[in-house]
Amino acid sequence: MSLLEVKNVSRSFGGLRAVDGVGFRVEEHAIKAVIGPNGAGKTTLFNLISGSLPCESGEIFFRGRPIQGLPPHRIAGLGIARTFQNIRLFARMTVIENIMVGRHTRARTGFGGAMLGLPSSRREDREVRERCMEVARTMGLEHEAGKEAGSLAFGRQRLVEFARALAMEPTLLLLDEPAAGLNIHETAEIAQVIKDIRDRGLTILLIEHDMSLVMDISDDITVLGSGKKIAQGPPAMIQADPEVIKIYLGEDDA
Amino acid sequence: MRARGYIPVAVLVAVLAAFQLLVSLTGQEFFLTQLTMSAYYVLAIMGLSLLMGYAGQISLGHAAFFAIGGYTTAVLGTLDAAPYRDGAVVQLLLKTGLASATDASGVHISPWAALGLAVLLALAVSVMIGVPILRLKGHYLAMATLGFGLIVNRIVLGARIFGEADGISDLPAFDLFAGLSVSGRPELRVSNYYIAWGIVVLGMLLLLNLVNSRPGRALRAIHDNEEAARAMGVDTARYKLYVFVLSAVFAAVAGVFLTHFNAGIGPSEADVMKSVRYLAIVAVGGMANLWGALAMGVTLNYISLRGYLGSFDDAFFGLVLILIMIFAPEGILNAGRARAIVGRVRALFAKIRSKIGGGGAS
Repeated sequence: MSLLEVKNVSRSFGGLRAVDGVGFRVEEHAIKAVIGPNGAGKTTLFNLISGSLPCESGEIFFRGRPIQGLPPHRIAGLGIARTFQNIRLFARMTVIENIMVGRHTRARTGFGGAMLGLPSSRREDREVRERCMEVARTMGLEHEAGKEAGSLAFGRQRLVEFARALAMEPTLLLLDEPAAGLNIHETAEIAQVIKDIRDRGLTILLIEHDMSLVMDISDDITVLGSGKKIAQGPPAMIQADPEVIKIYLGEDDA
Repeated sequence: MRARGYIPVAVLVAVLAAFQLLVSLTGQEFFLTQLTMSAYYVLAIMGLSLLMGYAGQISLGHAAFFAIGGYTTAVLGTLDAAPYRDGAVVQLLLKTGLASATDASGVHISPWAALGLAVLLALAVSVMIGVPILRLKGHYLAMATLGFGLIVNRIVLGARIFGEADGISDLPAFDLFAGLSVSGRPELRVSNYYIAWGIVVLGMLLLLNLVNSRPGRALRAIHDNEEAARAMGVDTARYKLYVFVLSAVFAAVAGVFLTHFNAGIGPSEADVMKSVRYLAIVAVGGMANLWGALAMGVTLNYISLRGYLGSFDDAFFGLVLILIMIFAPEGILNAGRARAIVGRVRALFAKIRSKIGGGGAS
């Protein structure tokens, strides 16, 4: 059984079919990429998987269980974490607090316990903090833990977003253009981070514009164009696919 | 929360005690009366600060929750329940000691029962209106809460049971325990000052604990980026509702106690201008700053209650709100922002000067 199975999903905005009957599978411990030119429907597809947008038709299975129609927080609770194309940190909270929010689904403390400062709540909070400091260390963020997240450089903010998603200890990590806005050096760093995350046992689904990053790290690629699936296969096959070459050469920013 | 965070609480307690000693030694205990009243308003304002500053939800109807608390205890406290003596509710209250039958005169319901009912009512009403309106954002939420405030205000003004424009007076004191009594009698000034501020300190501890916890971080996350908070597994609708309910309960509790201290309540407590005042104070205090809300809450309420603003009372709070929104939307009680405000005011004057000076030239 695949970890994630997307079956024939569609979503329109007005008259535009942003995602049109797309389907693919993501195998466990794989790095799977969805690529395509701007407007191909990549981000819409992500929003459908993470529950930010409802599907009009089609099905999405996570570990064999249908998840379409669930609200985003429930999908996160099942072990699907995500990052955003235009970084969405909690800008006025510190780096460590951002990462601690990532661990929300792994802790229990509610309003009552928190307000009364119950020993069990305090203990849990300490554990969460320690665990998140470890995550910060693995991302090289330990010296910035106390800084306001919004004050960090763009590349560092992206690492915080990764750390926040990892703190959830998800099974599947959705990365929305992780190299967007990064320079060559930072992109190489992110590629290494993604490979390390996979080696720790996570499964990764990324959408990306940066072809070199995708060809370098992906096991399997699905190509979208105008909301439809155009090709699918390992990087070498995709690179040689005449249909894919045509789309990409037809685009200015490929 | 780490012990460090409690130091300001200790400082507050020390300042409160020092002030009481000062006014008692100099024979000016009358100052304590308005400080006691301010304390109860501060309690309501702290709840609103949590809702607005930390969770990012606006309420222009918070006076309504204060009034729900105040009027509940005022109605029950002045009611002679003797005609309902054989009813199940009064029987239950009598059995549990939450009502007392005085020889011939009648049956009186304990303020504790009123406090409990006030909290339950605030809870029920805030859930009932919170579920539909917390889906709204920005101005829409502001308007919906304003509408709620107006409804409560009209009910209070129009219903005979709430005394219409006269309100309810002659409410007996609230005997707490160990001889402590919430009452405006001059000889109880010092103890009431400590009761009121004791409740505020307790409320502050609860809220500080909350802010630095899992649910508190989730609330702040909702404020900063709701979609990202959801993606991290935060049930944002539920959390927004909880914080709304919590702030409503704070306001209702404040209403119960202040109403006993004042021995009554009038419709001005349910007035929309009261809601605007609470909101203005939270804004001046720096939104996401419970201490700022406390400091500005006591200062501005004290000024207002001493009558320094005369008939411009409401106008003053309206003006405060306008100025804050223009010059310091993040509040003034914040060192970094204070500098920025000075800069912004200077820039404005420079602009005006250049407009006046350069107007003819261009």
